[in-house]
Amino acid sequence: MIEIKDLHKSYKMGKNSLHVLKGINFNVEEGELVAIMGSSGSGKSTLLNILGMLDELDEGSYTLDGVAIKNLNETKAAQYRNKFLGFIFQSFNLINYKSAAENVALPLYYQKVPRKERQEKALKYLTQVGLKEWANHLPSELSGGQKQRVAIARAMAAEPKVLLADEPTGALDSTTSYEVMDLIQKINDQGNTILIVTHEPDIADMCKRIVHLKDGVIIEDKKIEQVRASKYV
Amino acid sequence: MGFLFDRNTWQEIFGSISKNRTRTIITIIGVLWGIFIYIALSGAAKGLDNGFDKVFKTVAVNSMFVWAQSTSMPYDGFKTGRPLQLKLEDVQTIQNRIPEVQYIAPRITQGDFGSEPVYTVRGQKSGSYILNGDYPIYTKISTKKIYDGGRFINQEDIDQSRKVIVIGERVEQELYTKDEDPVGTWIRVGSVYFQVIGVHKLAQGVSFDSDTAMFIPFTTYQKLYNSGDNIGYMCIAAYDNVDVVQVEKDIKTLLKNIHRVDPEDERAFGSFNLGAAFSKIMGFADGLTFMSLVVGIATILAGVIGIGNILLISVKERTKELGVRRALGATPAEVRNQIVMESVFLTLIAGILGVILGAGFLAIINSFTKDVDFPYTNPTVPIPYVIGALVIMVVLGTLIGLIPAQRAVSIRPIEALREE
Repeated sequence: MIEIKDLHKSYKMGKNSLHVLKGINFNVEEGELVAIMGSSGSGKSTLLNILGMLDELDEGSYTLDGVAIKNLNETKAAQYRNKFLGFIFQSFNLINYKSAAENVALPLYYQKVPRKERQEKALKYLTQVGLKEWANHLPSELSGGQKQRVAIARAMAAEPKVLLADEPTGALDSTTSYEVMDLIQKINDQGNTILIVTHEPDIADMCKRIVHLKDGVIIEDKKIEQVRASKYV
Repeated sequence: MGFLFDRNTWQEIFGSISKNRTRTIITIIGVLWGIFIYIALSGAAKGLDNGFDKVFKTVAVNSMFVWAQSTSMPYDGFKTGRPLQLKLEDVQTIQNRIPEVQYIAPRITQGDFGSEPVYTVRGQKSGSYILNGDYPIYTKISTKKIYDGGRFINQEDIDQSRKVIVIGERVEQELYTKDEDPVGTWIRVGSVYFQVIGVHKLAQGVSFDSDTAMFIPFTTYQKLYNSGDNIGYMCIAAYDNVDVVQVEKDIKTLLKNIHRVDPEDERAFGSFNLGAAFSKIMGFADGLTFMSLVVGIATILAGVIGIGNILLISVKERTKELGVRRALGATPAEVRNQIVMESVFLTLIAGILGVILGAGFLAIINSFTKDVDFPYTNPTVPIPYVIGALVIMVVLGTLIGLIPAQRAVSIRPIEALREE
């Protein structure tokens, strides 16, 4: 599903150049649930941004579902993001003046899906995350966990190839975190490929594979026995 | 441009606008005020314009009056201070020699300009009124509204020097009781009996004659007062498209020539040029229209710039939202279109509301000034002006919306989404 070969990325900070990713080789198969771990400054967010086509790579290659991701202009990148990727953010990033259902339907709007179908799909995914009754509520009327579940439903709505989650539980207490992880695991169980950036070991343990980044290189890449979040819920 | 007709585009725009209510209202007020001022001002100017038009409707606007005074310079052997007298032949000469003159009506009058009014009697009632000797052509210069069943002097009356008379509204009120029909009755003017053939109604607006004036055929007047070929003054109407000031000069030069007056003598003939006065007033009205246009457009411009300003701030506020939209697959073009369309939509809504409010305001003014003696009628703004203003607003709204839209696009999604 994802193939990354010899990926380099550096940022220019005035005269100095900051080499963030120093040759990453990394493959993800369909249906995997991967945790990317590392301390801050290890390059894990940069890697996720490149995977999410929000940032460009300097060297190496990135292939997503057989499509080479290279030299994209903003329009093309937007179309690929819409088609291939679903984003889950630490701070949810719901649009505050849109109801839960409207937020979920937004990626479908950019896919030019007709309104009626959008609403149906939005409701379907909200049901899947257990928030059907909250469809017409604004994000300000939802709790943190509910917001993240809406965000997950939104990421799912476009039926992407890969879900990218950047610290999805970073703003949540542990109980809510486990609820969200439970949901992510269930989505993974259905065969969806999911990448999670986290620095919390207990969250990482709930994935099927942990990739450890340090100073821009992968120092450890191991498959683990998944801890089911449902045990804690 | 397909997105313009896509229902989804509009739903998205409408959603964004209706849910940022404070911003929307503040934005709208700016442009609304602009278009309101524009409509109110240009409507008011148009009302004034219409008002003047109505006032001058009853008279030929490019008309003038010419009368004789006395010379103020010696010339050709004559000494200064010689009194001058206009003659009927002068009228013919002017008609023949000055092609710009459309109508020329000589008139002789008693009771006006300080002379003794004519004592008029009917039965037990009497009064003193102005008496004019007229030709039928006079009605071409100053329309006379004659009450039902009556008429003005015609050519037959002139040819046969009939003793017929048209009386003024006030003359009727003073000499007749309310339910009497004066037409066909006889009144004594001076020492001669005249049959009344009509009552003229006092014209609304400008009128050359008061309601105490009476009109008899010119030829009858000649015989009655033994005035020969003398005339009091002449009323002249020039064609619509000629320079009335020049015509006035030409006529005076011609008259000076006929009556052997020094061409430099400014006091020999008096005149009043209604056309010149009228064009001054119309020039004032035109100036007002122009000014209201300039002020209105400037106010609209200020309003639209206000919209751009507020959208620019709101783009900053919405950085994150726009970043999310980009991450979810909005292309830069879609983001740009959305911001521009929001700008245009707000401008248009504000514009339409402003037009409605402006029209309401004009309607209120109209109802207040309806019965007021002030030249102000039917204040309207021509539809092309309204459409023109709306088009200007859409264009300006698009252009001004491009600034925040460009700003929105220039923010990269990764920067927009960066956790604070």
